Formats: sequence, C-alpha cells, structure tokens
Amino acid sequence: MYTKKVIEHFQKPHNLGKMKNPDSVGEVGNPVCGDLMRIYLKVKKNKKRKEVIDDIKFETLGCVAAIATSSMITQLAKGKTFEEAQKIKFSDVEKSLGSLPPVKKHCADLAVRALLAAISNYKN
Amino acid sequence: MRDETIRKTYLDYAATTPLDPEIFEAMKPYFSEKYGNASSVHQFGQEAQQGVIKARHQVADFLGCEAEEIIFTSGATEGNNTAIKGIGGSKKIAQELGDKPHIIISKIEHECILSSSERLEHEGVVEVTFLPVSRDGLVDLEELRAKIKPNTVLISVMCVNNEIGTIQPIEEIGRLLKEINKDRKNRIYFHTDAAQAINYLDCDVQKLGVDLMTLSAHKIYGPKGVGALFVRKGTPMARFMDGGEQEFKLRAGTHNSPGIVGLGAAIEKSKNQKAKIKETERLRDKFIEGVLSSISHAFLNGSREQRVANNANFRFEGVEGESIVVALDLEGIGVSTGSACAARSLSPSHVLLALGLNHLETHSSVRFSLGRYTTEKEIDRVLEVLPRVIEKLRNISGNLESSVSAERGQLPKDFGC
Repeated sequence: MYTKKVIEHFQKPHNLGKMKNPDSVGEVGNPVCGDLMRIYLKVKKNKKRKEVIDDIKFETLGCVAAIATSSMITQLAKGKTFEEAQKIKFSDVEKSLGSLPPVKKHCADLAVRALLAAISNYKN
Repeated sequence: MRDETIRKTYLDYAATTPLDPEIFEAMKPYFSEKYGNASSVHQFGQEAQQGVIKARHQVADFLGCEAEEIIFTSGATEGNNTAIKGIGGSKKIAQELGDKPHIIISKIEHECILSSSERLEHEGVVEVTFLPVSRDGLVDLEELRAKIKPNTVLISVMCVNNEIGTIQPIEEIGRLLKEINKDRKNRIYFHTDAAQAINYLDCDVQKLGVDLMTLSAHKIYGPKGVGALFVRKGTPMARFMDGGEQEFKLRAGTHNSPGIVGLGAAIEKSKNQKAKIKETERLRDKFIEGVLSSISHAFLNGSREQRVANNANFRFEGVEGESIVVALDLEGIGVSTGSACAARSLSPSHVLLALGLNHLETHSSVRFSLGRYTTEKEIDRVLEVLPRVIEKLRNISGNLESSVSAERGQLPKDFGC
C-alpha cells in the first residue's frame, strides 16, 4: 500500500517535534478525517533581505501518509526562501515520496497548506 | 516493508481465520477426486452430492433446524443482502400489507446490511429505522419495541458486532417478537447476522427465535467464499438467483462442493471448542488488563461484559489508528482499525460513531481479535511492543489533539476529504 520511502519517513520522521520560541506556527487539519498538522518556523533574512526558512519542525496527529508528507515538506522547505517554499506543490511532496495511495493524496495537500499557513502567519 | 525475520503474530481473526488443517483435509477429495457436479445423476455427481448433504445436516444440527432450512451461499455478505432484500423487498409481503414495508436495523450492523437497507430505502421500496445503541454498543429492548410500527416486516440485529465484539440480546428480541407477533396481522420477521458469533456462542435458532440467520465459513476456520443462510420454513423468501434448481429453487448455481464440505466440517468442529474459547478469553482478558494498565489514556470501546471472547477494541488518545496498524505491522503484528471492509476508506467507523465517539476518537481506535491459534507468548510480545509504538506515535503527534481541540473553531471545516 505504501512505498518504501513513505515508510522510511513514517519510521524516522525528519524535523520532528516542538520548536522553542518559533517565529511562526501554521496549523491545519480536519478532525473528521483524523489528520491534524502543525508546522513551526524559524525565519531569518538573507543577504538580499529576503525571508528564509532557517529551521522548520512539525507535529502531526494522523495516518502514515500524513506523518510522511509532513516530514517530507519540512525537508523540502528547509533553507528555502519564502518565495521558493510557497512554490512547493502537493505533487512535489508526493513525487519525493515515490507515490501515495489515491485516497491519501490529500495528505500531501494538507502538508502544503500547513507550510503556507505558517508562512502567512509570519507575514501577518 | 516487513522484516521477514520477525515471527509474525496474527490478531485479526475477526477479519478472517486461517483454514484449519483438519478442515482442509476434509475438503481435499472434493477438488480432484469427487469432482462431480452435485446435481448430476451419475456416480460422479452423487459422490459430490453426498458431501453437500452431509454438510447441510452438519449446519442444521448446529443451528437446531431442518436441513431444508439451510441455503448455501457465497458467504455472509450474500446472506445478509438476501435476507434484507428478500424480506424487505418482497412484493408478496408488500401486497399483503397494502402499505410500504418498514424495516428496523441497528446502527452498528455490518456495511452489507446497512447498504442493502439504504438501497431499498433509496429506491422507495421500504422505510428504514436505524436503531441506536448505547455508549456500550448494545440495543435496548424497549427502544426497539417503541420503533415497531404496524407496517414493520423485518428486524435485523447482529449477534456479535464485528468491530467492538458486543453481544446483542438476540434471545430477548426473539421472545419480544414472538409475543408481539401473536397479536399482529402481518408478521415481523427476525434476522440476525451471526458471522462473528458461530464460533463462540450458542446459535440455536429455536432458542434465539430468529427466522433468518446468516453465517460464513471463513470466520470459523473454514474456507473463504462459502456460507449459509438459515430461512425458517414458511418465510416468504423468493428465488434470489435464477437458473437451475439448486438450493430448493432459491439459489441457482453449481454447488461449491469443496467449500460446502469445508463449512460443514468447520461448524461441526466449532461445537467442541469450549476449552479453547475459555483459553482465548483468558488471554484476551490478560491483554485488555495489560493494555489499560501499561498505556495511559487508553480506553476500551464497547461493553466489557457483553463482549465476545476474542475481541478487544481500544481507543488511544492522541494517536491515529492506521498509524498504529502500520507500526505494529512493521513489528510483524497484524491488527486492524475496524472492519477489513472499511480499512481503505477514510470515513470514520459508523460503529464507533454510533457509540457516541467523536471523529477524532473514532480515528484513534484499533481492533485486536484473538483466535484458536493465539498463544500466551504472542500476547506477551504485543503487550511489550504496543506501549512503545503508542509512545512513539504520541511523540510525533505532540499531543496535538488536546491543544487543537481547544482551537477547533479555527480549523477549516472541510479539508479535502
């Protein structure tokens, strides 16, 4: 049902856990489907004075795919400028994990939205 | 995905059971030796027919009914579809009634009962009442009585729930209906899905007072793809599979003789399992106590007392069920989130919702079902692995459930599911 890569991220998630004094937090989910995601950001400015994701962490209550996509989005977004990070699509998350079962594709979307929520909370 | 060196532990006997080697032996001759068509006149056919006849008597003996009241089917889904559509959708019953028939089913019936009833309701053939259950998962007799209407023709309540293992008061319902039927012009027929019960409970149809009973071979260490439907004499069941004259002209189709022989042998063997069931129950009790004492915020779903010997269904706060299933699978332990039929669906379990659990709670539930081959060593190992798995997943969720529920109002109402 799940690819090897998904299982790897499920067993050993990257960038897992709470962040002390985050610059921003993004939270999305739907208790009806049982997935809740939270993404923490530490932001700094680069030489061009653009915001960069200096550090990123996540916590996820959800299925295997929700945990793996959370882990993957943090890996994809880490070190990126906001501009670059906002361009990450759910299909990028899915591709990086090999693939996701059809009913679980929305998990990748959820991960993208969690990241976007964290970025937009920082801006506001 | 699984480390093959780990000894595997199967705790999903409610989904299906392995075929008992003795049952397999009984079936073997009917594949290549006694291969005749049981309807054929020649000796080849007669040999196969002997096997079918014997099996019919074995099932009838177990249920305490006549052999002619046993219809072999492809399994419980067919039996349940047939019972609901055959009685609920019966033109004869509707004509005699002169009204749209009304059926009552419990809210925690198997998907095949629910969707058969919903289909009839959608097609305007029947009116359906979904009978609620208590927080413990039990139907209430008085509530049932109150739901009965002049046009009620069928009540269907399962013996044992497949997800939470609750044992329903079938005998009491049977008695109630017997009394009610005395003073009624149109009889109320009573159906029970006994797929999960055959192996553990007395399923005597006279004692239970049922008119129709569904059962399946693969839940009782028999083969998959075969089952039986008990139809009490006089029940207006119309032919539901057109073709030849098999199964008293109700269900046409060449007899699955190896499967039917397997069902007969399996039901016969389940008569002598009292000691084994006691042992299963002891292990299950040990497991429940072990889980509740070693894992915080773990709760048992369903009644503790009115519960079949092999079932344990828990809710682990702050963890999602599928994650637990996969994490345990990686340790070689096979369990499920609920029914196997719903395993790939995202919808929360209708059984757990009916108990009054909220969506997050239903998503954090897991079913463990023991069986004939479960050992103490296996239970000990699961008791050792499970707390570790729950702790790890709670670490990933960071107790998100409690913090988020406070802010639930801010969450998007519907998110892509």
